[in-house]
Amino acid sequence: MATTKLGFIVQRPGYKSENPKLAITHAIASQSVEVYLNEGDVVTADIAFIGDGVLNCKKDQKAMDLYKLTSTETHIKMSLLLDLNVLVCKEDLDRFGLTENDIVIDAEEFGAEVTVKVVPFTDITKMMEEVNHLLFF
Amino acid sequence: MGKLTIGCFASLVGSMSLDFAVKLAGTAMEKGHKVDLWVSGNGTMLSIKGQRAFKDYSFLEGPLKELMAKGLNVTACEACAEARGYHKENTMEGFKRHSMDWYLASTFDADRVLHIGGE
Repeated sequence: MATTKLGFIVQRPGYKSENPKLAITHAIASQSVEVYLNEGDVVTADIAFIGDGVLNCKKDQKAMDLYKLTSTETHIKMSLLLDLNVLVCKEDLDRFGLTENDIVIDAEEFGAEVTVKVVPFTDITKMMEEVNHLLFF
Repeated sequence: MGKLTIGCFASLVGSMSLDFAVKLAGTAMEKGHKVDLWVSGNGTMLSIKGQRAFKDYSFLEGPLKELMAKGLNVTACEACAEARGYHKENTMEGFKRHSMDWYLASTFDADRVLHIGGE
């Protein structure tokens, strides 16, 4: 039985490129990875939004209305439903004049029990040090 | 010898990142390492068969086939490929297609993971 920890670091804004959404969908795939592994072995995924990447967390996204696409906001909520650890850099939110009130924090409507954590960058650095592999998007 | 997992999300044409990823995979294999190569997003363009070689565009079907013959394990994200109209019948022989959990599973026992994001 072993665990491999992955850290998904999202630095780019949403919708300009596919990267942020791919980061989240790949992180979500950690929930079904066991089919390829021996019993008891797991891969975990933490997601951190930093820099321009914090803009992905804006709430009330209209991607479905405007583009007929699942919003990045919905993907973040799915991550919460699957109990992924989702971190958002507080300093970068401040830089954009955003607060916790402006971003997706929970997914209670989906039944998620965990919430997005707005944390100082030092906490994100700590997560990055604790994981086995980092993937930058 | 170790295992290297490379994930590349950049397109075949319009970026040199896939060229780098394939070259790195070949070099690592020459040194005796096992290499898994995952392509997702625009990187799934690499999986299409019948690429035509021009001097002004990246052409990786040739080198990739040589590496696959030597044991390179290369897999494309099936959903990303299908979304782009890259269907199974257009996929290069030996190029696998799986869901994203394949990539994460490959990282499980990898000594190093090199993730090269898209454009």
